[in-house]
Parts: sequence; C-alpha cells; structure tokens
Amino acid sequence: MTTPTAAPRRVPKLGRERLAAVGFALPALVVLMALFVAPLAVLFAASMRGPDGPTLDHYGRLLGSATYLGVIWNSVKLALETTTIALIVGYPAAFAIGRARGALRSLLLASLFLPLAASVIVKAFAWTILLRSDGLVNLAMMALGLTQAPVRLIFTETALIAGSVNIFLPYMILPIYTVVAQFDRRLVEAAATLGASPVEAFLRVVVPLTLPGVIAGVALVFSLSVSAYVVPTLLIGERYQTLTTLIAKAYLLAQQPEFGAAAGVVLLLIAVVVVTLSARFGRPVRGRS
Amino acid sequence: MSARFAIAIAWTAAILAAAFLLLPLAVIAAASFSPTPVFDLPITGASLRWYGRIGSLDGFWPALGLSLMIACVATVVSLILGTVAAIAIAQGRMPGAEAISTALVAPLMLPGLVLGIALLNYFRALGLTATTTSLLLAHLIITLPYVARTMIAGLARFDFTLIEAARTLGCSWHQAILKVMVPALAPSYLTAALFSFLASFDNYPVSIFLTDARTKTLPIKMLQYIDEAPDPTIAALSTLILLATILLLFVSDRVVGLHRMAGTGE
Repeated sequence: MTTPTAAPRRVPKLGRERLAAVGFALPALVVLMALFVAPLAVLFAASMRGPDGPTLDHYGRLLGSATYLGVIWNSVKLALETTTIALIVGYPAAFAIGRARGALRSLLLASLFLPLAASVIVKAFAWTILLRSDGLVNLAMMALGLTQAPVRLIFTETALIAGSVNIFLPYMILPIYTVVAQFDRRLVEAAATLGASPVEAFLRVVVPLTLPGVIAGVALVFSLSVSAYVVPTLLIGERYQTLTTLIAKAYLLAQQPEFGAAAGVVLLLIAVVVVTLSARFGRPVRGRS
Repeated sequence: MSARFAIAIAWTAAILAAAFLLLPLAVIAAASFSPTPVFDLPITGASLRWYGRIGSLDGFWPALGLSLMIACVATVVSLILGTVAAIAIAQGRMPGAEAISTALVAPLMLPGLVLGIALLNYFRALGLTATTTSLLLAHLIITLPYVARTMIAGLARFDFTLIEAARTLGCSWHQAILKVMVPALAPSYLTAALFSFLASFDNYPVSIFLTDARTKTLPIKMLQYIDEAPDPTIAALSTLILLATILLLFVSDRVVGLHRMAGTGE
C-alpha cells in the first residue's frame, strides 16, 4: 500500500521517452514560434525600417515630441488611475467575497464572471448610454441635488476612467480573492494571541500573505488598461489620444506602419516592464507559501 | 470594534463593486426594450420590436457566422495542441518544461493591439492575404494561451499513476485514458473551452487589423453599428449575446463551480 509511486518519475528516463515528450509539446511550440515570436520579430524590424537601411527615426519622432510623449503619458496615467481605484475597491471586496459562502458567494462570483464574460464593446456601449446628458448618471445627480443642469460626462476623462475601472475591476478582485479564499484565518487569531493589535495583525500578517494576489491583480489591471483600445475609442473619442488609438490610427488611417510599429514596441515594453516587475516582487512571497 | 468596522467596509465594497459591475449589463438589457429609438428615461413602456430588427442589420448574419466559426475552430485546435503540450509538461520528462509553460502563456501578457499589428506586418511579409485564414491563425494564438494555462494547471493536479493503475486493473490504453483521464480533466476542459471561446468571440484589437471591407467579425461589425446608428437594435443584440453568456456560465457553474473556475482549486 505504501509503495512510493512518485519517486520513479524524477529518475532520468530513456531518451526515447524524453523525445516523445518533446514531440507532444512540439505542435504548440511551432504555433507559438510561427504566430507569436516571428510576428514580434517582424514588428521590431518594421519599427526600424527606413528608406535606406535600419533607422531609429520612428522612435525619435515618437519620443522626441512633446505631443507624442503626452500621448504615452495619457496611456500610463489612465492605467495608473484605473489600477489605483480598482485596488482600493477590489481589495476589501475580495475579502468579503472570500468570506462569503453558499449562494451568496455564487452570486458575488457571478457578478464578477458575467461582466468578465460580456463583450467589452457591449459594456463600453452601455457606458455611453449611462453617461449621456439625459442618461441615468445625470438624472441621478440631478435628483440628488448634486447638479442643477445636466453635466457633460461622455467624452471626458471621468467617463474614460469610470468605464475603464468598470471593465477591468474583476481582474483585480479575482487574483486577490483566490489568495483570500486559501487564507488561513487562524493566523490572524494567532497574531492577536501574541499581542498584535488588529491594525498590526492586518499590516504584518494579512497584507504580506495577500501580497501575491495584489501584485498579480495590479500587474493584470495595469497591463490591460494601458493597452485598452475599445474603451478610449468609445468613451472619449478623437480629442484624447492614447498609445493604442495612436497605433490604430497610424495603421488604419495614416498608413504609417513603421511609426505605428515603433509605438507598438513602446507599448509592448511598458507592458513587459510591469509584468516583469510584478514577477520579481511576487516571487519571494509565493515561494514561501 | 475595528475588526467589525473592517468587515463592514469589506461588505460595502463587495456589494458596491457587484452593483457597479452589473450596472452596464442592466442598462443594456433595459435599453433593448425601449419603445422609442432613443433610450428615453424614465422608461415609458416596453417593446420587443428591436429584437426583430437584429436579423436585418446590414451584414449581421455573415459576421455572426464568421465569428462563431473562428471561435469554434480556434478553440478546438487550441484544446488539442494545448492539452498535448500540457501532458508533456506535467509529466516532467521534458527538458525546459518550466520555460515552455511560461512561453505558452506569454501571449496573454501581450497587449492585444500589439499582437494585431505584429500579425498584420507578418502576414503582409509572408504575402498571406486571405482574410479568413489570417483571422483563424491569429485567433489560434489568441486562444492557445488560455487553454495552455488552464490545462497545465489542471494536469498538474492529475495523478498520472492513476492511468497505470487502470492498466494494471485490465484497462487498455484507450479505456484508461477515456475512463480515468478524460473525466478527471473534464472541468479543466470546460473552463479552457469557455475562456478560449469567449476570448476569440469577443476579440476586437487583433481582428481589426486583419479584416477587410467584406469579411468582418461580429465585434467589428458591432462597433461599426454603434458608430453609425446607436439605436436599441444593438442593445437587443447585446442582450441576446449576454443571455447566451449567462447560459454558458450557468452550465459551467453546475458542472465545474464558479469558485473553482476562479482558480481556488477547492
């Protein structure tokens, strides 16, 4: 009964079996190389394509102009604001969902999954209806006496952030919820027994233990909102450029694929930096658990 | 005292978040029954006429058909490729298994729009101009990471010695895999298929660079309708898609459980 069955697996196997395993992974790897690595290489090449050989002119045009730096900053600012608000709302919300049981938990999880599964276009469209001058938000504000006349909401930064938080909030709550659901509540009691005040227990036990979820959520929400395209297109429109709308314009309207490729590489680098940083910071805590 | 205060804050945040998240969905559903072409508030009545108009939206049926076809094909191919790769990774007999599993999930971290323009440049360089083929290939790389992530996690929990045990008990390889592995992995399959299908069906930022004037997927067509004439027909269409999604989620909850899909692995 107690025969150790797991041990033989670690023993180096025959070359033939290793070969078979590589053969199993091969089709997926070929797809990955052909449809992910190679296209990215082509994109890098395109971003440096000049009339006479490779050039960094497109990057220079992008990073050397106050207008385009402003566009990059618009993207980063939107992502920072979205992430901050999502964290402030999502962290406590994830705790409550983690504590919920039975039907209530199903209901709360459904309220995360349903919007997540619903089309971004549908949700952004709903916000254009909500934020119209005769829309629900304005009617509610007037009923509450917050404003006399309808306020212009759609095509403002407020609209953009409201929509962005609305669409990306579940990506903050879910990773934190995952950590909270596995969280051993006796640890907090132990901290209290050892003389920690509730605030101390929270800061020294709860925060470090939930940090991996927070880091995962922050990385996800930041990288998703910095690369959001449908949200700015529908909720703020032409006046306000982000990196994504700039890229789309360069390809679809201006026919400047080299410039668009350079902007795409910059967007890619922003996302890669955030994901790499989160992996770096997320690892030590995760390794211990 | 302060602990109770913290719990009160947590519950308030959860309820507000749930209401905030569901608000746009409720608005879309309400707008779809609007009796007038503009969504007047307060609501004065209900009408189903917008639902009747969905079918006559310009180019609706081809777009729906194309989106469904691409989502199904991409999901099925990704499920096969992803599962086979995940088996190789989970058995740990392969050099660099860890790196390979990271690489397979990596496209998830790439901004969709960047993948879109990268594929556009790439397909142009290759001389591939067939729109449907480009879209299919693009959606394969959109869906594969979702499948790989779920199947690698699912197979990491699967005990491969069970297959050997079934063999010892007289099952053939076929039977062992069908009777042991397939049922144990069914929840992972369903989760992977659901995420993968929705990721493809809803994709805008990649598809927009690969479609042409005649071949458009449903999300692209929908954004075009919203730009051109945002009347309740779009809301009716959105509501129907939403109902289909609810149905999918309901079935998934029955079969797998939403808390397990959230990744707690309980």
